Amino acid sequence: MSMWSRIRNAFRGDSLSGEILEEYEGHIADAVADGLHPAEARRQFGRPLVLLETSRDFRIVSWLDSLRGDVVFAWRQLKKNKVTSLAAVLSIGLAMGACTSAFRLIDALLLRPLPVDHPERLFVLSREFNEPIHGKLVTNDSCAYPMFRQMRELVKDQAELVAISYVSRVDLTFTTADQTEKANQEYVSGWMFSAFGLHPALGRVFTEADDKTPGAHPLAVLSYDYWQSRFGGDPHIVGRSFRVGNDLYQIIGVSQKPFSGTDTGTPVDIFLPTMMMRNNAIARDDYEWFRTFVKLKAGVAPGTVQDRLGLAFQDYLREYAKTFRTISKEVLKAYFSQRLLLNSAAPGVSALQGDYGLSLFVLGVLVSLVLAIACLNVANLTAVNATARSREIALRLSLGAGAGRLLQLVLIESALLACAGAAAGGVFAFWAAPYVVRMISSPVAPTQLNLSADWRVLGFCAAITFAVTVVLCLPAAWRVSAIEPVSALRGDTLRSRNRMIHSLTAAQAGFGFLVVFVATLFITSFERLSKQPTGFDSDRVVTLETLTAAPVKAVFWEQVADQLRSLPGVASVGLSEWPLMTGESWNNLVSVSGRPNNQAPSYFLSTSPAWREVMRIPLLAGRDFRAGDQMPGSAIVNAEFAKAYFGGGDPIGKSFDVANLDGARSSFRVVGQVADARYLDMREPMAPVAYVPFTSEYSRATFIVRTVNENPLTMASLLRQEIARSRADFHVSSIRTQNELIESHTVRERLLAILALFFAAIALLLAGVGLYGLLNDAVLQRQREIGIRMALGAKPGAVAIRIATQTLAMVLIGVAVAFMFALAGVSYIKSLLFGVKATEIWVLAAPGAIILILAFIASMPATFAAARVDPARTLRAE
Amino acid sequence: MPKSDKLQGSLDLLILKVLSRRPNIHGYAITSAIREISEEILKVEDGSLYPALHRMEEEGWIRAKWTNTEAGVRRRLYELTKAGQKQLAEEESRWQHVTLAVNRVLRMA
Repeated sequence: MSMWSRIRNAFRGDSLSGEILEEYEGHIADAVADGLHPAEARRQFGRPLVLLETSRDFRIVSWLDSLRGDVVFAWRQLKKNKVTSLAAVLSIGLAMGACTSAFRLIDALLLRPLPVDHPERLFVLSREFNEPIHGKLVTNDSCAYPMFRQMRELVKDQAELVAISYVSRVDLTFTTADQTEKANQEYVSGWMFSAFGLHPALGRVFTEADDKTPGAHPLAVLSYDYWQSRFGGDPHIVGRSFRVGNDLYQIIGVSQKPFSGTDTGTPVDIFLPTMMMRNNAIARDDYEWFRTFVKLKAGVAPGTVQDRLGLAFQDYLREYAKTFRTISKEVLKAYFSQRLLLNSAAPGVSALQGDYGLSLFVLGVLVSLVLAIACLNVANLTAVNATARSREIALRLSLGAGAGRLLQLVLIESALLACAGAAAGGVFAFWAAPYVVRMISSPVAPTQLNLSADWRVLGFCAAITFAVTVVLCLPAAWRVSAIEPVSALRGDTLRSRNRMIHSLTAAQAGFGFLVVFVATLFITSFERLSKQPTGFDSDRVVTLETLTAAPVKAVFWEQVADQLRSLPGVASVGLSEWPLMTGESWNNLVSVSGRPNNQAPSYFLSTSPAWREVMRIPLLAGRDFRAGDQMPGSAIVNAEFAKAYFGGGDPIGKSFDVANLDGARSSFRVVGQVADARYLDMREPMAPVAYVPFTSEYSRATFIVRTVNENPLTMASLLRQEIARSRADFHVSSIRTQNELIESHTVRERLLAILALFFAAIALLLAGVGLYGLLNDAVLQRQREIGIRMALGAKPGAVAIRIATQTLAMVLIGVAVAFMFALAGVSYIKSLLFGVKATEIWVLAAPGAIILILAFIASMPATFAAARVDPARTLRAE
Repeated sequence: MPKSDKLQGSLDLLILKVLSRRPNIHGYAITSAIREISEEILKVEDGSLYPALHRMEEEGWIRAKWTNTEAGVRRRLYELTKAGQKQLAEEESRWQHVTLAVNRVLRMA
């Protein structure tokens, strides 16, 4: 009989016994049929039950049988305390699910290899240097094409270099459809597909021949997912074309699934050849617009290629520095301190990784602490159960049951709880991980992560299930093994029990403190960041980013603005090249009266005369723009700009130059000064900004509309129609309220604050329940001791105070230890915080106070129970 | 009647031998066969047959199947496997060796 049938037999133990007995009965029947007296036949046969045991042992895997028995026993044990078991499973499940969700996200963002040939051989070039102003170490992975071309030639024998641009969200129109739609587009080297081992799913993909001459290859390859979702996998898609701005592209094929670019979190819909990048991008030294991926040939060490490229990079830097005219020593020093690095790009490379990698890790730690609290609760519960059964266990031990078998029973009970928790957690994680992705995602920058389960996620689930099992059974196992039959049967309590309650109390309080501490940091950060003054009034303001087929003179833009002004419900309309705080920026080095440039670049923005009024940025001195202001020529500067370049004095009438690295200059005269307003984001301090007149030709600009109505979006479709009606070549690309733009800078902080708050609440609830359970149990255990004390004359109050003080001391110890960890660990999350220090009194006091109050409330019932102990009854009961 | 544990080692041999001559018989038939052929000298304690059968089944020397008799009762029938035939040959030669050796000692003494 095979192992399999023995294993199977272990699960059909009853019917197996029946079968064996049936065979025995057949034998006896045959003997009787042969003429034997039935009683004699039975006597001759021997003792069937003893034989049965022997036979069974041959026919089944006996350890599996005992395991099955224990599982059934443990299951009954859990079913006996339905509510407690359910609470245990739910609390562990929630915490395990949260851990799994965090890991799923970490896996999808930082670990999962790209679906390309040999992802472990894929690297990305990045430059590391000390930023000239603060000396901070900065990494930058953007490259310019001339350098890329040289480097590719240089290491051709050892690696293939591939240029892949940043993903941009563009408006495009398919020739078969009138509607403009949005898609993620990326410029890639023609040889990317072959270097990555990617084949076409339909038609063909780019080759090197499709990426040779600037502007000469209007071809496009679709990603498989986009082909499926946008065109339903239409097999006739090849040969169709679409328009982006003025350029017409022809679709030549669909790339193989599931590859959708290298920018983890932002799937690419359309690939274009790098040669089609606009702005003379192929020839320009100063235009850095793509990442350089390095695909090593088999057997080549990344260090070798890094060294070779590094030398070429230094040569390149020296060569390029010859074009500099006016540059300060510090900037030059920083420039030459740049080092070239080869970083692994196996999981893809994206800004999202930098933004959220650490956040996810911190959240992971946070939910691990919650899991620890949940586990301690349940571990204590199983330990209490084990103690409650200590007489039964002692009896089993004295009857000769092996301690191993008893430990197995405890282990199985824990494993059952852990597995049930893992199942509940799986359900939670199934929902929670995509929920977090949705919170990060926005319509402007849709985020999509491949969250499908892989071996890492499954391995992680198995690992935490195992870890939880171990944590759950340790206290119980310790207590079972500490049971001495003699004293347990006599009814003694364990002395080690008190020590365990004490350490569990301290641990609960400590973990709880840590979670609440981190939550306080995140919530305070979010609070302070979102309360940062912006310097303008964003309520009731909607921005309409508008594209035109060809550059259009400013006067025509103003005509459309006038049309909008005539609409009822519109309070005022201004124009700027882009809205404030989209993340877009135009910066330049400024110099005043021929002196070297300031090292910090200043921001620039083209604005129409009405713009300042619409944004409600206070005018401090001078005037707004008016007809006749020239670009370059007039400028309005903010207070920070006046401080940086004019020593804080009145800047009106003064001049400054904008200098490019090649030495070309344009001059501006300050006509007005306005108050500071945020340009880029909420985190950086107010920066010097110069507003310049909106007087050139633009193929893209934004109407800034202030509405009468509270909710400016109610006007959105009306405004869109009006713009399209005013000029047929104007097309509104996106409509966002100014508040939406501001909030987009606090998405991460908001996410962290919400999740931290949620988990802090869970942690407090669990820790509270846990502390209550621990202390209540402690009082029950010590009833006899308390009874004796009271019989000897101790006052009830004194006993209660004693219990409460002990609890408090344990809680304080736990908090103190956690506090040390918190101070040591907080420097790692500094980049996630804003305007809050871990040493701030409120940040430390609030969590400490919360934990103490929690401990106080949780210890009340136990303290009162201790005070109410009736010595006569307790001692008689013993 | 020799007790079963004195037959230890030889019980397997007897069962295998009987099954090699008469395949597909049930437990009672095996004990009867041993008794008849040995002319009532070798008697297997009825009950102890079954643990031995189940152990040998586990070893893979014999296999069993349930069949319905005309009387409508189920009987478990045993037969030899390939491995069982090999085992039988081995046990037989071992038995011959041992008895030969014992006989030699008896003659010498």
